Amino acid sequence: MSVVLEVRDVVAGYSPTLPILNGVSLTVSAGEIVTILGPNGAGKSTLIKAIAGVVKITSGQASLLGENLVGLPTHEMVRTGLAYVPQTENVFAKLSVEENLEIGAFTNRHAYVRQRDHVFGLFADLARLRRLPAGKLSGGQRQMVAVGRALMADPKLLMLDEPSAGLSPKLAEVVFSQLRKICSAGITILIVEQNARAALRISDRGYILAEGQNRLDGDAGSLLDNPKVGELYLGAGSRLNK
Amino acid sequence: MMQFVVDGLINASLIALGAIGLSMTYNILRFANFAQGEILATGAYFALAVVVLIGAGAGALGPLAFGWPLLVAMVFAIVATSLVVLVVDWLLFRPLRSKNASRITLIMAAFGLSLIGRNVITLLVGGDPQYFSFYIPKAITVFGVKATPDEIAMFGITALAVFVLHLFLTRTTLGKSMRATAENPTLAQINGIDTRSVIRWTWIIGASLAAIAGTLQGHTIQLRPEMGFDLLLPMFAALIVGGGTSMYGVVAGALLIGLSEALAVGVGLSAYRLSIAFMVMLLVLLVRPQGLFGEKA
Ligand SMILES: Nc1ncnc2c1ncn2[C@@H]1O[C@H](COP(=O)(O)OP(=O)(O)O)[C@@H](O)[C@H]1O
Ligand SMILES: [Mg+2]
Repeated sequence: MSVVLEVRDVVAGYSPTLPILNGVSLTVSAGEIVTILGPNGAGKSTLIKAIAGVVKITSGQASLLGENLVGLPTHEMVRTGLAYVPQTENVFAKLSVEENLEIGAFTNRHAYVRQRDHVFGLFADLARLRRLPAGKLSGGQRQMVAVGRALMADPKLLMLDEPSAGLSPKLAEVVFSQLRKICSAGITILIVEQNARAALRISDRGYILAEGQNRLDGDAGSLLDNPKVGELYLGAGSRLNK
Repeated sequence: MMQFVVDGLINASLIALGAIGLSMTYNILRFANFAQGEILATGAYFALAVVVLIGAGAGALGPLAFGWPLLVAMVFAIVATSLVVLVVDWLLFRPLRSKNASRITLIMAAFGLSLIGRNVITLLVGGDPQYFSFYIPKAITVFGVKATPDEIAMFGITALAVFVLHLFLTRTTLGKSMRATAENPTLAQINGIDTRSVIRWTWIIGASLAAIAGTLQGHTIQLRPEMGFDLLLPMFAALIVGGGTSMYGVVAGALLIGLSEALAVGVGLSAYRLSIAFMVMLLVLLVRPQGLFGEKA
């Protein structure tokens, strides 16, 4: 299977003297859903930000479909096929739902209508709410706008930072099942999650990070059954079973 | 009687045109641009240069004292002021941004720039007031108040500029990307928006509106090196009372401040016009701390 995202020995952080990631590696292949797990503060968000160019990579490699990502300005990442849904502040609250989608299609304007209808097909609520400012929506609806916005550019890889955070279990289930659908439509997905069980259930493989380093990886089923996974979580005060 | 309304609207036009630029730099570059007044004055003197070259009286337009030379002058002022402002950003603010300078550093740089700007203008054109022409305005009476056709045109030009900016911000991709950048620059970049280009357009739009204001003020009042600096406090007041984030708030704020100033003059308190405008601003903020169009914190 062809490699979509390749991350090798990445060192990155918010200040040059204090790296948060100390040599993290991972690979995501075409058509996969891969989940990054790990206790709070492990560096999961930092890793995804480093890939997206929001946090600077000081050493190591990162490439998308063979194209080097290291040192690329954030605004050029979309062109390589990368889409990123941040953990917080992931919609433009003052812009309408439809304007959020238009911004998502900033680099893909000619396909706007087709992409928008595709997003409305996935998240039917959004069509009804299209004129409302995104800030007025509920948490679940906002998350749909955020994912929809990211899909507008027709990405090859969709990265999501805790897409189920703050959602009811039922809503989280809806988001996860839509991610499965998005994946079967040909978009490779990389998720960061606290909700390990739900995320692994829809994933092909997983990586566990702790203290800015790789701890464990494997296919989703084996991670779900691995007692060490629970240990890593319990050790850091998080729970796997919820 | 209602004369103060006319004077207030004229005053509000100048404040609004200047303050919109102020709000754009505030929301996108995230600092208070104390040099906004000098940008306005720069525009006025660029317009003067053209008027002097062509002659203000040439080619009158209908009942207006100004003719096409003033419109040519305004267009030239818009282009030239935008270029000056882009060069200044490149030389001064861009290096500060790339070093992640704090807000205070940026504000102090703008403050210094304001001082230098006024001195350079005085050095080049002298400190005495100048005029585009010495026309005697013939007032006409509309709805019982007296106004010159030029004052009405000035209000019309301002309204048109605000309307065009509204269409730009709500209908064009560039306008929407500017609103997106104002709200969340990182998320804008994630969507492929080059915020450096947004910053350039922020300066261009702010400078253009200021150049329009400078030209109009030069035509209806006079040109002085301090003409923009004297408008700076009312502009900030309009921005703050409007809520700081929306263009419509700025326009509403400018109307409030402009009308209060004119009312103060109308009741014979012209020495206190600015104090009275500030008192109105404080009263509004006591009732609505977030400003007229601001969101609750
Ligand atoms: N903006 C930031 N500036 C400085 N340090 C940060 C910032 N964001 C996160 N950190 C630090 O980086 C570490 C990893 O954080 P993060 O990647 O958010 O962890 P996770 O997503 O796994 O919970 C933490 O120690 C956190 O304090
Ligand atoms: Mg996180």
